[in-house]
Amino acid sequence: MTKTLTTAEASRRASPRVLVFSTNTISDPGIDLAGSRHLHYSPGVVVISLPCASGIKPSWILHALQHGFDGVFVAADGDECAYLSDCSVRSAGIVQQAQALMAEHGIAANRVKMAAICSVCAEPFTRQVIEFSEALAEAVV
Amino acid sequence: MSERRIGVFICHCGGNISDYVDVAQVRDAIKDEPDVVVAQTTIFACADATQQDMVQAIQDEQLDGLVVASCSPKLHTFTFRGVAKRAGMNPYLYTQVNIREQDSWAHTDDPVGATEKAIRLVKAGIAKTRLSSPLEPIEVETTPKTMVIGGGITGLRAAIGLADIGLGVYLIEREPELGGWVAQFGAMYPHERKGRELIQELVAEVRRRPSIVVFTKAELMAKSGSFGNYLTEVRVNSGVPDLIHLEVGSIVVATGFDAYQPEVGEYGYGIDGVLTLPEFKALIDSSEGSLTYHGRKVGTVAYIYCVGSRQPEGNAYCSRYCCAATVHASLKVAEIDPKLHQYHLYRDIRTYGKYELMYTESRERGSVYMKFPEDTPPAVARGASGQLTVTTHDTLTGGEELTIPADLVVLVTGMVPRRNDTLMSVLKLPIGSDGFFNEIHPKLRPVETVVDGVLIAGTCQGPKNSSESVASGLAAVTQSGAILKKGVAELDPLVATVNTTACTWCGKCEETCPYAAVEKTSADGREVAAINATVCKGCGGCTPVCPEGAIDLRGYTDAQIQAMIENLAEVPVV
Repeated sequence: MTKTLTTAEASRRASPRVLVFSTNTISDPGIDLAGSRHLHYSPGVVVISLPCASGIKPSWILHALQHGFDGVFVAADGDECAYLSDCSVRSAGIVQQAQALMAEHGIAANRVKMAAICSVCAEPFTRQVIEFSEALAEAVV
Repeated sequence: MSERRIGVFICHCGGNISDYVDVAQVRDAIKDEPDVVVAQTTIFACADATQQDMVQAIQDEQLDGLVVASCSPKLHTFTFRGVAKRAGMNPYLYTQVNIREQDSWAHTDDPVGATEKAIRLVKAGIAKTRLSSPLEPIEVETTPKTMVIGGGITGLRAAIGLADIGLGVYLIEREPELGGWVAQFGAMYPHERKGRELIQELVAEVRRRPSIVVFTKAELMAKSGSFGNYLTEVRVNSGVPDLIHLEVGSIVVATGFDAYQPEVGEYGYGIDGVLTLPEFKALIDSSEGSLTYHGRKVGTVAYIYCVGSRQPEGNAYCSRYCCAATVHASLKVAEIDPKLHQYHLYRDIRTYGKYELMYTESRERGSVYMKFPEDTPPAVARGASGQLTVTTHDTLTGGEELTIPADLVVLVTGMVPRRNDTLMSVLKLPIGSDGFFNEIHPKLRPVETVVDGVLIAGTCQGPKNSSESVASGLAAVTQSGAILKKGVAELDPLVATVNTTACTWCGKCEETCPYAAVEKTSADGREVAAINATVCKGCGGCTPVCPEGAIDLRGYTDAQIQAMIENLAEVPVV
């Protein structure tokens, strides 16, 4: 029997899967706030929260992309990092290393993206993951 | 891998979760996962009765892993760690999975998608728990003394509070006198008491307490040791500079702010008669009978708000205290000379809370408020006739251009971070993009920093008025008491750890750690890295730099994160 998909179901099935790396005290509260305000984004977006974006291993980004994620979004601390004053530089370096690893495996560099997300950045987070999901969907098409 | 016995509890949160996530379906999807021996849904996981049920389940089923899928870990991690502890299970074998803020509430438009996502999230939580290890908090004995850096109103009040809860206090002030900014102030809102009198009272209270030792002309030069037991080096510049060593368990930083200093030419600054807010307040405080400037009676004052604050280039933040301080100053001026004309040119006025009443009173007493457009700020000039004028556009009358002759123009300047490179270098406190010290979390941990036992209070962490500053100083007192009164401090054991078999000691981890938590040691005759667990902050910044992958962050190990990724990537059939 043919099932007619609802708009939400059709959107979900078409929506790329995105792994977000967030940080416990900066970007993850911002992502929580997006939910608290019922700002919608695709349920294909899932989050792993860490203490600090400078602790993300480039191999984790590659691992995610090799295991079915369409994209990885690093919700970085920016200048707000409570641990490391050079966190932005470090996390940018981690993304570059990940892209080098991805290139070795024929994975396009634009499947990983990083942006600073603060603890109250509900709208910026939602906008970023929607735009990233759309860009990934277009790339797949 | 040995088998585990994991219990999973999936919360309805009333309907906050279960209105959008089919929690029974989530339970059914994970109940047969390897190692899962208990899988239950619960209306409120955090309710006392449910917590007791969990304790019972842990004990009856001899669980060695606990997963609660509910709200954000920021809310209940400690609650459920407590459940585990009460049941005799190591609290670090517990994982909280966020299926509310990051699932049900974000996907109210897609219940099927939210349910699918919840299954992936819970499976990832189980995978993480499966690889968890029992950990013990790091215990350190603490020194029952606190160093307060900064002898302004915040530091003075904090020192008194600390002494009164039975802690020894070293109060370090860089200037020759205690008191800071408030010692220079006359009448302050909302009580109209003079700042200098408040400071005199506080200093007298400090002198009355023998457990407070005051060092003026003193600066912190070095700090070593770790949380609960810091050894500090303080330079005291009384005649011959002298270095003294003080042992303390915690440090309260209350170093205050600097006033924004406009550039010459900025809103006419440099022209005679153009003053900053602190300069104008000093003029008011020294005036009796009438307001005079250079011997001439002042008939008209124009205030320009937000000078140096909320700028696209420079200080982007609102300095918060200056609107109310200026409105209060205008009331003092009206007391001195009720006939004096006062014009307030503002972008926005924020006399928040009870200070709104001062704004109303100021208007009732004749002050005129005019809003100028952000892109057309007022212009200050002194014409050929010698008359000082301010030209502005009044947004609320259709942008009409007005020229106001004024005897004085007051630039309402805010607070800027006080530069203190030595202190920043010694304490390694993180600085925000605004230049002020950063707390861990503005709401949940507002005076703590990532440097354990180093607390920040007052305006060194951002603009505040004096009552807010004192409140944060007393919060730092409470936090110091919580740390030091037990005599023993527990540190979170989620720190870096080295696999010495894999480590080849290249030194990269030592180079990358700004906290000096990595040391070279030897194991089996080889040079390897070792982590000082009481110094490590648990950021994980050393883990990606290790070329051998020999460093793991406890609670976030390589194996755990990879297992989570694999489970999150699986698409369940719903």
